[in-house]
Amino acid sequence: MKTTVRHLLLAVLAIVPVAAAAGGPSAQALAFTCAGCHGTDGSSVGPSSPSIAGMDPEVFEDAMLDYKSGKRSSTIMKRIAKGYTDEQIKAMGFFFYKQELRNQPQSTDPELVALGEKLHDSHCEKCHEGGGRPGDAGTLAGQWMPYLEHAMADYLNDERPWPRKMERKVKAAVKAEGERAVPALIQYYGSQQ
Amino acid sequence: MKRFNRRDFLRLAGGSTLAGSTLGFPGLLLANTRKVVVVGGGVGGCTVAKYLRKLDPGVDVTLVEPNRQYTSCFMSNEVLSGDRSIESITFSYKDLSDKYGVNVINDRVVGIDAAGRQAQTAGGVRLAFDACVVSPGVDFKWDAIEGYDAQVAEDAVPHAWFAGLQTVSLRKQLLAMPDGGKVVIVAPPNPYKCPPGPYERASQIAMFCKHHKPKSKILILDPKKKFSKARLFKQGWRQHYGFETDNSMIEWVGLKEGGKVSALDPGTRTLTAEGGSFQGDVVNIIPPQKAGKIAYAADLVEGDWCPVDKRTFESTRHPGIYVLGDASSAAKMPKSAYAANSQAKVAVAAILARFAGQEPGEPTYVNTCYSIIAEEHGISVAAVYKLSEDGKMIQKIKGSGGLSPMDASADHRKREVTYAHSWFQNVIDDMMQ
Repeated sequence: MKTTVRHLLLAVLAIVPVAAAAGGPSAQALAFTCAGCHGTDGSSVGPSSPSIAGMDPEVFEDAMLDYKSGKRSSTIMKRIAKGYTDEQIKAMGFFFYKQELRNQPQSTDPELVALGEKLHDSHCEKCHEGGGRPGDAGTLAGQWMPYLEHAMADYLNDERPWPRKMERKVKAAVKAEGERAVPALIQYYGSQQ
Repeated sequence: MKRFNRRDFLRLAGGSTLAGSTLGFPGLLLANTRKVVVVGGGVGGCTVAKYLRKLDPGVDVTLVEPNRQYTSCFMSNEVLSGDRSIESITFSYKDLSDKYGVNVINDRVVGIDAAGRQAQTAGGVRLAFDACVVSPGVDFKWDAIEGYDAQVAEDAVPHAWFAGLQTVSLRKQLLAMPDGGKVVIVAPPNPYKCPPGPYERASQIAMFCKHHKPKSKILILDPKKKFSKARLFKQGWRQHYGFETDNSMIEWVGLKEGGKVSALDPGTRTLTAEGGSFQGDVVNIIPPQKAGKIAYAADLVEGDWCPVDKRTFESTRHPGIYVLGDASSAAKMPKSAYAANSQAKVAVAAILARFAGQEPGEPTYVNTCYSIIAEEHGISVAAVYKLSEDGKMIQKIKGSGGLSPMDASADHRKREVTYAHSWFQNVIDDMMQ
């Protein structure tokens, strides 16, 4: 229910034309420049840069602001994020939210996928609803696995601040299934279309 | 009763004298009947064709390109190291026609009549247009190095600066070279396409030699005092190829050290440079560059490149013709694939705005460029740009962009290789798939 209300609210916000800045480039013009790494309209064809189509606009905005401030570690995104105003970032977020996410098939190990699904259901589903479908905790379902591996390595190496509760949940999963836990979760998300 | 739409009507009315007909019925020319001819099927041309059709399926888009397949220059240095095949960087234009409805014509545009709004091909076809996009890439200044010309390049000393047969031929020469052989790369003066390319090429050849011909050496003769990403390249070379030690696999000879080459003896593969003679078992000359041939034929060039209104990429010499990518004067954007892709979208927006009778919107541009120094060692340069206040310059937004950091962790360098590969996949997809 909470999710449905949020989606309705976002849908309403998304149809209100967002002025990236008076006289500045349009949201579409800004978003089109991302395609060379994140794919046409934000659906990446891989293998490491994530798809950002259909992404929750607040997740997009937070990520870009964190890249800009250096709070979130990156190789190149901090250099890119610094090129945009906060208003432009918000406008790009709504542009990508409105784009249809087109996932590419990835080859996965069925055994790990099954384990990942089990771990997801007991530790992750509460925040990453619907098996990690795009939502206010980001997009995991169908996301590129090399990207998810980088993201998880950054959390586990304390190079990226953990969102609320996530550290406890991931560590509980690792305690339950050991070294296989994180790869299994990644395989589960990567297996979804 | 069957109803005629405007398109049918124009087709009938135009007939064989199409060129004049569009001018004859200005009142009937709504947005969905406009014609755009795109000259050149590289990154700039393909991106324009795809995005025009994506944003307005009513626009009639014809792409004219002499090659039946596209072979990307980006990632072609990886063919030299053997890290990938030439097939893996070769792509069909089929998606542009099948998925996006672009008329792809396998021909070469040899002349453009800006006032009469038509392009002429080598095959004798005349194509009428409302807007023409010229994205021919670069051509070489063949008179710059005595003894080096197109024939020598084809036979013995490849430039391999257009990916394809010469890339394969350079690769074969590297395979045939004895261990302990010498590779000489002649770098071009600025400006040229892919500024870090010659140095990535040296790195990729070193990567191959390190594993297969470890006694070999690579010498770069350069007419410049400095080069793109130089500190990062040199750091990578120190790390992987003993750079600046007695046993350095790569040596760079810049302008001050006599690296400017004036002549080649193709028979002995000997180069005459300011610093002396240099003989190589494999020689690769990347000649000085200028805008592609059609840009000259269509009177679009000043100096070596095509001046454009940087808000729209419309030629300042001939209205209605848009020049983008390597052939355009787009300072301060570099001549790169990502830049051409980004410029194409600015041009598309400007063309569609013009068709709709609107002023062009405010442009925005990005460049991102990766170089792979070793198997797990990637570096990048990036920038976000805007149009300067006076509209004359594409300037970097303060605080944005820049290079990969020096002394980065092994993991950072490794990730940049995976991002380089993502960049490649996505640029190809965004331009033509």
